[in-house]
Amino acid sequence: MKARVYVTLKNGVLDPQGAAVQHALGSLGFDGVEAVRQGKVIELDLSETDAAKAEASVIKMCEKLLANTVIEDFKVEML
Amino acid sequence: MRSAVIVFPGSNCDRDMAVALERASGVKAQMVWHKDASLPDGLDVVTIPGGFSFGDYLRCGAIAARSPIMRSVIEFANKGGHVLGVCNGFQILIEAGLLPGALMRNSGLKFVCKDAEIKVKTANSPFTNAYTKDETLTYPIAHHDGNYVADAALVERLRGDDRIAFTYTDNPNGSTDNIAGILSENRRVLGMMPHPERLNDPELGGTDGNKMFLSLSEALVSA
Repeated sequence: MKARVYVTLKNGVLDPQGAAVQHALGSLGFDGVEAVRQGKVIELDLSETDAAKAEASVIKMCEKLLANTVIEDFKVEML
Repeated sequence: MRSAVIVFPGSNCDRDMAVALERASGVKAQMVWHKDASLPDGLDVVTIPGGFSFGDYLRCGAIAARSPIMRSVIEFANKGGHVLGVCNGFQILIEAGLLPGALMRNSGLKFVCKDAEIKVKTANSPFTNAYTKDETLTYPIAHHDGNYVADAALVERLRGDDRIAFTYTDNPNGSTDNIAGILSENRRVLGMMPHPERLNDPELGGTDGNKMFLSLSEALVSA
């Protein structure tokens, strides 16, 4: 089964890349973009067929490697 | 002082580090490949050099921090061993959980490569006891992700415990409280963005960096 992991910066952590994207959108004439936060999406192909077990294992992967939980939040989506 | 330099794919300051260690201590540093399962016996200090380990994939230092040798480095540090991480080495120490906080993209988004003035904030550590507090030094910096991030509670703890080793006088990367380097609770693990190992030869701009390795070598001579 497949899993998709979204890793985003925690609220309150300054995101200079998001700010640069917001600025660029403004200079292209897209008004009213009040904030941009940049993150990453990681897709995993898993041999596990039990959704609950697979999800539990992906959450562990996030905590141990995929996200830096000091500054990042993660969300797991089973597909 | 018996020392080792951990080498990852993408390390590029490993040989400078080895030269700096040997010049200060007179003993050749041992190069240890990241896939080795254990450290050589009898080490006084383990150094993690700068570079771009694993191409900075995922997050700077994230993959290196989970490589086989790091289990031994963490064990070495937990037993009271001395560990120095410079630049990418600092990022790896943070990812490995040996130092608190996080290192994020420079606030100006650009890779910064220049000489930066830094201030010694504490002489109370084996790495900095040859310096005097508030002494200013000019060390090379070269990084894209050196923006040290710590919340207010952590900064207060670092300040209260005198664990901020170096600060920038003119902040190049947006780091919290101008922090350039920090110490662990037991003061035996130092992580810093500036490069002391690149300042060990008059022909390469100066020898100020040598002082840190001499300091360490003297502190560890009896060990």
